Amino acid sequence: MMKEMTTAATELKTKELTISMGPQHPATHGVLRLVLDLDGETVIKCTPHVGYLHRGTEKLAENRTYISALPLMDRLDYISSMSNDVGYCVAVERLFGIEAPERAKYIRTIMSEMTRISSHIIGVATHALDIGAMTLFLYSFRDRELLLDLFEMTCGARLTVSYPRIGGVRNDVSQEFLDKLYDFTEGFPKIIEEQYETLIDQNRIWLQRTKGIGVISAEEAINWGLTGPTLRGSGVPYDVRKYAPYDAYDKVEFDVPVGKNGDVYDRYKCRMEELRQSNKIIRQCIEKLPAGPVMAPDAPKFTLPPKDKVLSDMESLIHQFVLITKGPIAAPEGEIYVATEVPKGELGFYIISDGSGRPYRLRLRAPSFVHVSVLPRLCEGAILPDVIANIGTIDIVLGECDR
Amino acid sequence: MNILDSALSGTYGYLFNIAIIFVKIAVVVGVTMLHVTYATYFERKVIGHMQIRLGPMRVGPHGILQPIADMLKLFFKEDIIPSEADKPVFKIAPVIPIFATLSSLAVVPFFEGFVIADINIGLLYLFAMSSLAAYGVVMAGWASNSKYSFLGGLRSSAQVISYEVAMGLSLVGVMLMAGSLNLSDIVKAQQQYWHGMFLIPQFLAYFVFMVAAFAETNRTPFDLPEAESELVAGYFVEYSGIRFAWYYAAEYVGMIIMSSIAVLCFWGGWTIPPVIADSIPALKVVPGIVWFLGKVYFHIFLYYWVRATVPRYRYDQLMALGWKVLIPLALANIVVTSIVKYMS
Repeated sequence: MMKEMTTAATELKTKELTISMGPQHPATHGVLRLVLDLDGETVIKCTPHVGYLHRGTEKLAENRTYISALPLMDRLDYISSMSNDVGYCVAVERLFGIEAPERAKYIRTIMSEMTRISSHIIGVATHALDIGAMTLFLYSFRDRELLLDLFEMTCGARLTVSYPRIGGVRNDVSQEFLDKLYDFTEGFPKIIEEQYETLIDQNRIWLQRTKGIGVISAEEAINWGLTGPTLRGSGVPYDVRKYAPYDAYDKVEFDVPVGKNGDVYDRYKCRMEELRQSNKIIRQCIEKLPAGPVMAPDAPKFTLPPKDKVLSDMESLIHQFVLITKGPIAAPEGEIYVATEVPKGELGFYIISDGSGRPYRLRLRAPSFVHVSVLPRLCEGAILPDVIANIGTIDIVLGECDR
Repeated sequence: MNILDSALSGTYGYLFNIAIIFVKIAVVVGVTMLHVTYATYFERKVIGHMQIRLGPMRVGPHGILQPIADMLKLFFKEDIIPSEADKPVFKIAPVIPIFATLSSLAVVPFFEGFVIADINIGLLYLFAMSSLAAYGVVMAGWASNSKYSFLGGLRSSAQVISYEVAMGLSLVGVMLMAGSLNLSDIVKAQQQYWHGMFLIPQFLAYFVFMVAAFAETNRTPFDLPEAESELVAGYFVEYSGIRFAWYYAAEYVGMIIMSSIAVLCFWGGWTIPPVIADSIPALKVVPGIVWFLGKVYFHIFLYYWVRATVPRYRYDQLMALGWKVLIPLALANIVVTSIVKYMS
């Protein structure tokens, strides 16, 4: 009898529970799908499946002129479209060898930092929401609303803005915009401190859920190719804005906040601190904003002429016609890689030009895609609720990941 | 008077008493269910205002008819049973929590002399019923034949069982001080103090009880079985329509029961502290039910308040908190209470 029982016990087969988390799941920030093998609640294996939002952005861009490929970039990371557009414009400008006027550079910097604020507050808020802190989510949406209203005031769109142009920005900002934005920056650090951080920063449960979770060392983080706050949380002070400044970043002062332990909490702290730094950058830009044109005036072969000139001047009309139908035909042959710091990390544009008005190949180095690949490393061995914390902490947007 | 006396004696009197009990049950269940529907409304309103939004505003003025609309919607929704589900168990499971929580109402004295069953083991009965409610959750998790439900069911059974212990132990101090398990007697025992509530000598027990009550009712920060961001909806993810509504209602009745126990055992039930009653005699004319409901409403508000404020615990942290913090605290409280009681 005893012997029978022991053999029964040894023959009892156990097997991991495989659950498919996503693509429709409240915590996967879009359409990420994770196949998790669970032993109890411990994750044995985590396999991310991406591509549910694939739209072929890179291929689509090959069939469009440089100018008309811009709106595609809005839809990469759709909550920080302004940064993607700026990145694309900076890349194409470097390829063409043209320079945006000073004022446009400052405006782009302002817009990029506004985007960084709105993206980071959403990132932290949805992260907190996944961990169960609901109120922060709604607070942050209130403040994001103000920024979106400001975008709307400038370019008429709130989300898919397409506001920067190759060689500048579409139109100048109004004084009202600058005043309102300045008012926002006056109050924002106080909002961060009194409303966001009061709720979670020192909250026992929040600390228990985030400290020591999803730890990744500096060396490993670099090896995985992490960028942005996800890398800086591990203590690597790498920021494209500092290392390869574009637009007006070399003319403003800001710090690059870094973490120490490389856990979920440090990455959260980095994002919170970056909110303050972005706020600081915006204020400096508004104070220093130079007067002048917002489109490069000396590059008629690359940038669209102003509308009143098109209506009155034959040359401009021809330029407009050629630029719209064929693209910038004077594009030099060659290839270029330009990286910009978008809220999620380093967004790189690798453009090969064959001299026609369309990119021969446009390759996007999307930070979210790289960050998804680190998920198995963070999740394996952790338990199910930590998977949620890890998805939140790498702050991915699937539009950018799947492209 | 004679007519009433004769009516209350003999067979007719017996039937009359039973009829009275039925009327009481109808009143209590009716009033409680009304509270449940409006507890959902106030939860949405209170949390809405805490989160700088308005909450329901569309159905009726300030959304006052929203719970009615929700109820109607849930009644008429299609009742979906997954084809792979264990059908009998799947159908029985939602009835258990609502049955158990509503049955708990039987021993709750709402005001002086108004209780459906004035039994001597009131508190034990309440524990028994709230443990029973866990079966509904476990059965739902198992019968749905879904991995998410299954995980939710497992989590819940572990959670409810461990917090049951902490909760039971936390109330032992109250039992020792009152010398009774009858809830009416517990309330009366509190009146001998100038402050009129066990909250002050038993503050530790009250703390343990409240934390355990949050866990017992699966509310934030212990809402792991239904952790929406991990398990979508947890054990009732496969339920729809009225079966889903039963779970939802049971959660709210559970909140009301837990709040009632807290009020009866720690806040002096329907009474007000003698020191206040003596200094302001006018307050004595206010019926006891007003005080009772006021205190219960405060506790229910506490549930909402906490929900709007804190994140969610992780499963293992929740267990650690229960076994390593709450149970030792409750045990320490029992020891101290016993010693104090023995000395005096």
